[in-house]
Amino acid sequence: MSEQQKMEKSKKRTKICLITITVAFLVLMLVVPLVSVLASSLREGFGFYIQAITTEYVRSALKVTILATVIAVLINTFFGICAAWLLTRFSFKGKQVLATLIDIPFSISPVIVGLAYLMTFGRLGWFYPVIRAFNQFFGTNIRITFAIPGVVLATVFVTFPYVSREIIPVLNAEGKDEEEAAALMGAGGFTIFRKITLPQMKWSLIYGIILCTARALGEFGAVNALSKTRGETFTLPLEIDALYMSGTETSITAAFAVSSILVIIALIILFARNFIEHRYKNKN
Amino acid sequence: MDDTVKNMAKSKNTRVIPGYHLTLGIVVTMLSVIVLIPLASVFMYSIRISPREFLELITKENVRNAFVTSIGSSFLAAVFNTVFGLIVAWTLVKYEFPGKWLLDGLIELPFALPTAVAGITLSKLYSDSGFFGKALAKAGIHVAYTQTGIVIALIFVGLPFVIRAVQPVLEKMDGQYEEAAFMLGASPKKTFFKVILPELRPALLTGFGLAFARGIGEYGSVIYISGNSAKNHTQVVSYVIMQKLSYIDYASATAIALVMLVISFVLLLFVNIVQMKQSQRTNLL
Amino acid sequence: MYVEMKNIYKKYGDFLASDNVSFGVEKGKLVALLGPSGSGKTTLLRMIAGLETPNSGDIYIDGKRVNDIPAAKRGIGFVFQNYALFRYMTVYDNIAFGLELQKMPKKEIKKRVTELLEMTGLSGMEKRYPNQLSGGQRQRVAFARALAPKPQVLLLDEPFAAIDAKVRTELRTWLKEMVEKLGITSIFVTHDQDEAVEVADEIIITNHGTIEQMGTPLEIYKTPDTPFVAQFIGHSSVVEEYDRLKGFERIENADRAVIRPEFIKISKSGNLNRYMSAAEEGVVTDVVFRGNRMDVTVNINGIEVVGERSLEKDLIEVGETVHVLIYRLYIFDDHKTYLMENGEMQEEDVFYI
Repeated sequence: MSEQQKMEKSKKRTKICLITITVAFLVLMLVVPLVSVLASSLREGFGFYIQAITTEYVRSALKVTILATVIAVLINTFFGICAAWLLTRFSFKGKQVLATLIDIPFSISPVIVGLAYLMTFGRLGWFYPVIRAFNQFFGTNIRITFAIPGVVLATVFVTFPYVSREIIPVLNAEGKDEEEAAALMGAGGFTIFRKITLPQMKWSLIYGIILCTARALGEFGAVNALSKTRGETFTLPLEIDALYMSGTETSITAAFAVSSILVIIALIILFARNFIEHRYKNKN
Repeated sequence: MDDTVKNMAKSKNTRVIPGYHLTLGIVVTMLSVIVLIPLASVFMYSIRISPREFLELITKENVRNAFVTSIGSSFLAAVFNTVFGLIVAWTLVKYEFPGKWLLDGLIELPFALPTAVAGITLSKLYSDSGFFGKALAKAGIHVAYTQTGIVIALIFVGLPFVIRAVQPVLEKMDGQYEEAAFMLGASPKKTFFKVILPELRPALLTGFGLAFARGIGEYGSVIYISGNSAKNHTQVVSYVIMQKLSYIDYASATAIALVMLVISFVLLLFVNIVQMKQSQRTNLL
Repeated sequence: MYVEMKNIYKKYGDFLASDNVSFGVEKGKLVALLGPSGSGKTTLLRMIAGLETPNSGDIYIDGKRVNDIPAAKRGIGFVFQNYALFRYMTVYDNIAFGLELQKMPKKEIKKRVTELLEMTGLSGMEKRYPNQLSGGQRQRVAFARALAPKPQVLLLDEPFAAIDAKVRTELRTWLKEMVEKLGITSIFVTHDQDEAVEVADEIIITNHGTIEQMGTPLEIYKTPDTPFVAQFIGHSSVVEEYDRLKGFERIENADRAVIRPEFIKISKSGNLNRYMSAAEEGVVTDVVFRGNRMDVTVNINGIEVVGERSLEKDLIEVGETVHVLIYRLYIFDDHKTYLMENGEMQEEDVFYI
């Protein structure tokens, strides 16, 4: 066998070896858990499945989850666009610090987020007297912790940088020449945004919104610290936790049934992600 | 000349693109209200704890153990993910095989899947009656409710970081490096260790740092598989904070949280420095 | 003066981009801001446009101080270095953009855009997007877009930098003709001296945030004010110990001389039949083929000078000993430039050169 052939053979062996490791690793770590959720959810039959995902608790949790997600996505999209515009179209002192501060929620344990809101708005928090005074004055009964507003706020916090992080690199790469050219011709801020910036960042904005949605739907730790009433302030992940923790065979199956909703949403999100990336790559 | 200097100080820079003050106002306000003020509350509260009390709170045995467990498991999981992440990224970039697109598309599943769902699923799979657990139990290996279980859960949540950091770098290398090294007579092994690996190091370090940081703070995916027993050292830090919160022991919760915040900032700084160095280097090229 | 800058200072942190800059451009002139990168030429252009604000100093357009007038109201057309065409708009929409902002009726916009498309030779391309155009076509769109609102002044930032060499020459001529036809006052930035000399009516040479010289290309070439200009224009050699060369004497306080290639005649040893007394002997250290000529570097007792040699003549090789006749050179002191002739050459003999 010649040197060349030996080399080819060794190359092929490496290839087969690496592919085997990769496939085995990904199948064991990703595919099996994925299939297992779906399989577990149907263990007690399809009738039970439907029943499990339509209980009063689940419907209430779904409502809270959707509410928190929609608000988080709206707030963070608005914030993300403002932050991206600010950080990519202007230079100013402290820009780098601001960019780092915006990314903080990425690196913080969700449990600490819950703690931070308790320390701010809870009974011991410094903002609590303000809320109490407000309630006394207006005769309202607004509560933040252990109520819907706390759940929403925590969701907004954990997803805070998701949109901005996706659009900032794109806008940076596109440069600000086009905006300058338009401004030079007398275009106002809104016209520039609508006609020039928005088309530039369209796909990354959609991608950021998708990621933000995924994270908001699944938030658990932060919400767990701020929400205690099942059927009122629980989100879907909390409901899954409650079902799983009650420990009976059927409630565990019910937990998986509810999980399957979120798994299907996750799969749709992955599909959308790949679709957008594909489009983006083709365009460039 | 004096006049000139005075004028220089006076004149402000006009910005041609509109919206600077508006967006600056919005960004700073929202950032403060949603992120900075709540976080500052944690710091404010912890200032009220005396240093001695603070030290006592964070050096209690179960707290110490939780830190060791969290940091140790996250480190192990991150190392594991770095090695396998490199292999997976390499395979996905360099080779073609059936079903590749599906696996490639699934890499981000841990990001898209709610952590609680991941947690209960892994817990079930690795419990002694589960799909993997049963087989492993026969071999005398127990995963669920042990530290091994924690590491497995952290491998799951940290899996995409290294792969997604390395993949684009490998794609850009487009075989030229390898060919150049090969023409100079380097063996494939030598090429890999001397040429390719150094090129990938910043990406590997970034992925490692992010996976590590994520692991230390992880809650949802860990608590079901970990068993949360102080005796068996299977409590993670996030769990301990949550436990203190439900006992309304805010002093302990805050003290532990503060240490965690410091650790995650250090890791974030590490990742930023790696990335800055990398961009400096590429700018020079 | 139509466009005028007076005592302009501009600082970026510690970097002084404009250091007391003053100059004026007459109406209808095509002027080049020429200088090496980092010399502050683009900053000057951007300040005229209103994209940057000077720290002090005044900018006038048509006799009006425009410092406090926003960029969009200064009546300026700006062509960006990479054109900054709106990539999500068609050619038509790009050109019409400025007109729409002025709330011009649709019909008139259409008329104006069609007119510009014809003028720039882009008719039939109005439905295309910028990424479907060649570099030269993009530049024409940028030009048409800048001209659409009928600006008083046209500013162009490195207008030819992004185009390949072949098309560049063609576009230079096109731009010059177009600006002349329209009679619009235009200023363009470039780092390419050939480009400036070929296209501009007048050249402003910038260096380290200051203006070294302003004048017609010929003036700048013939009577450079500073050593920088003498070196920057043409491919010159710089000599410090010029008094060691035959026929040149030292002038007090002037310790540098610049020799242009056309000031030098290089002959094969023995082929020089006049002015032997004025010629130096030197060794060839380098010969570079430049397509239409040879650049020959000769070492004369440690002084290196570069001359050109026609391809029609006998080839010279590295290491060969040659005769070098230096007719004249520029000498600079702190204030003045002197053109010094070779003193060994008899005046009546100049006829033969």
